[in-house]
Amino acid sequence: MLERIHVIICGGEACSKQEAKDIKREFDRLLEQEGLTDEAKTVMTGCMGLCEYHPVVVMYPGEVFYQNITVEAVATIIEEHIKHGRIVEQYRIPEPFDRGKIKNISQLKFYKMQKRIALRNCGVINPLDISEYIARDGYFALAKVLREMDPKTVIDTMKQSGLRGRGGGGFPTGLKWEFAAKSVDDVKYVICNADEGDPGAFMDRAVLEGDPHSVLEAMAICGYAIGAHQGYIYVRAEYPVAVERLEIAIRQARELQILGRNILGSHFDFDIELRLGAGAFVCGEETALIASIEGERGMPRNKPPFPAVRGLWGRPTNVNNVETFANVPVIFMKGADWFKNVGTEKSSGTKVFALGGKIMNTGLIEIPMGTTLREAIYDIGGGIPNKRKFKAVQTGGPSGGCITEKYLDTPIDFDNLVELGSMMGSGGMIVMDEDNCMVDVARFYLDFTVEESCGKCTPCREGTKRMLDILNRICEGKGTEEDLDVLERLGKMIQESSLCGLGQTAPNPVLSTLKHFRSEYEAHVYDKVCPAGVCAKLTTFTITEDCIGCTKCARNCPVGAIHGKVKELHHIDPALCIHCGACKVACPVNAISTKPVMKEEHAHV
Amino acid sequence: MKSIEDLIKLRDSARKNINMRLNPGSIRIQIGMGTCGIAAGAKHVYQKFQEEIREHNLKNIILTPVGCMGECAFEPLVEILESNGNHTIYCQVSERVVEDIVEEHIIGGAPIEKYFLSAIKR
Ligand SMILES: Cc1cc2nc3c(=O)[nH]c(=O)nc-3n(C[C@H](O)[C@H](O)[C@H](O)COP(=O)(O)O)c2cc1C
Repeated sequence: MLERIHVIICGGEACSKQEAKDIKREFDRLLEQEGLTDEAKTVMTGCMGLCEYHPVVVMYPGEVFYQNITVEAVATIIEEHIKHGRIVEQYRIPEPFDRGKIKNISQLKFYKMQKRIALRNCGVINPLDISEYIARDGYFALAKVLREMDPKTVIDTMKQSGLRGRGGGGFPTGLKWEFAAKSVDDVKYVICNADEGDPGAFMDRAVLEGDPHSVLEAMAICGYAIGAHQGYIYVRAEYPVAVERLEIAIRQARELQILGRNILGSHFDFDIELRLGAGAFVCGEETALIASIEGERGMPRNKPPFPAVRGLWGRPTNVNNVETFANVPVIFMKGADWFKNVGTEKSSGTKVFALGGKIMNTGLIEIPMGTTLREAIYDIGGGIPNKRKFKAVQTGGPSGGCITEKYLDTPIDFDNLVELGSMMGSGGMIVMDEDNCMVDVARFYLDFTVEESCGKCTPCREGTKRMLDILNRICEGKGTEEDLDVLERLGKMIQESSLCGLGQTAPNPVLSTLKHFRSEYEAHVYDKVCPAGVCAKLTTFTITEDCIGCTKCARNCPVGAIHGKVKELHHIDPALCIHCGACKVACPVNAISTKPVMKEEHAHV
Repeated sequence: MKSIEDLIKLRDSARKNINMRLNPGSIRIQIGMGTCGIAAGAKHVYQKFQEEIREHNLKNIILTPVGCMGECAFEPLVEILESNGNHTIYCQVSERVVEDIVEEHIIGGAPIEKYFLSAIKR
């Protein structure tokens, strides 16, 4: 799926399906004839709703709509548009036309904006069959490296590609390999970090499950470059499908002598084993991960020395993330310059994001760096469901922060996200709408880090717990003015004094919501109101006109605070209500409102 | 394998299985079977395809699991690739839909638009 251009052909039943088929066949025939099948791909979709222009062909990128296309016109489009990048005005649907008519624009956009490098084989090949990976040029990068390149050239290629680590930190991969290569030792190791602990991120799992060989191939290339002969994949046991497919992949690769001794007839030996993790977040931190493989308790240690100098069993070790590795074979097949041209100046290539939360199309998307947040959320993700208003997007999981509407047009790359007080992290992207309480969101992430803190250093162990206590207090309506200041001060202190990345980033969700949504915190503290109606204690439950008088709420209320006759509008007595939310759960017609009555009114009570 | 030449040989013979155009008259059925697909019932869908293929005694069908296709909200996903180059993605496929797909699309040659990903996803 590395094609530069997508040709979308409308094949709706309503018009003439046969014509569309003929057009597609002509495209495929000519593309094949011209040797362009690697560059352009044709896709037939269902009816687009543009029947008046039929037959319609849409070209991506650029979203150019061509109308009344005939089989004869195909040659012109290939010659002009695909080969020379010139729009064929003669067939173009004149602007402005009513784009609202386009029925499956969502899917069209889905094609337009994605670029699959790391996920190139996911959903395309059978991951249980090594020959399908090979059919898509799998292991040819390794073969090429072993036959044509010395380790230094491999590292130079990686440096030139500009690939940066996808595990969160964004450290240049070529540079990391160079450090490991320069460490002198006859035993070195390659580790693939497949711990993937961020709640909401599952791209590494998708790669391991859908294309395990790409990781094996890249690890072998890395081993050759740094002078290692053994690799370990540290994968959480909670990913049983990934574990099984990796085991099968390793076995098949060994059978074909792609792993083991004298790989592909060369003098290079390399083998890979799995190590299963128990699913602790901190074990994703590379030094803790190494300790865990060694059989020690999974706790981080001070850096330096970095793993490239002293890693697994004291030997030089290179640790990379799954997605980082998945990009590597492509760099050698297509060239470092090709890769460098994708994405932005300082962040080349693509990034896979897991879209979740209040978004139409939850799922995995791979987009070139530099795509804006708005494009990712609205054009690819389809926007917010139920006509709700966008509030914030959380990136970077428990280490990241929230980004508001104002910054949605920021191009996504490592540095921009950090500047906005968030980070790339492993690529979770959780969208929030007006029904999300930002204090509650911050509390959710902090709750996670408190659970996952390994306890080795005090700021992280004690500090995050104190911050969580304060947040709990605020959500219960017992927050004070001082609390907000303490949160900020404590957060900064923890960032500066924690031992590892876990503690250093744990306050981010709180600090970024405090910065962008301070008024929401203040509503909790001063007005004792949760504007989003999430924090039960600070929420006024009322019954709206939608009530059908079914009496379910009254029967479920534990304190008898709800009155009303059958088939008539019910009422909640605020003096008796204990804000448990049982009525909201019980109501079959969603007639229990949690919106604050009026902030001003409430403040004077 | 001892050399890149062996790799090339294997690649060229394996290409038939994933590029249907090199394999006239055959159909490849891909079931999205990442954890997301499996959780949505892809294993049952896979088994149902196996049964249907056996029952109708269909030849030249390649039925294969693949990884996550990214549209996790619309799982289970099934992609049908034909030797004329057509790709069809069906979404939220149930065992009953499998019967329809086999009878109408695979045997009858008429894709069922109402189950298309592009029809359900708006
Ligand atoms: C608390 C914590 C958790 C981490 N979890 C992961 C993880 O799940 N997967 C990962 O690849 N890197 C994780 N990292 C980053 C690793 O320490 C390391 O930087 C990374 O694996 C390097 O690979 P890369 O250069 O390819 O990104 C984590 C770091 C910290 C501090």
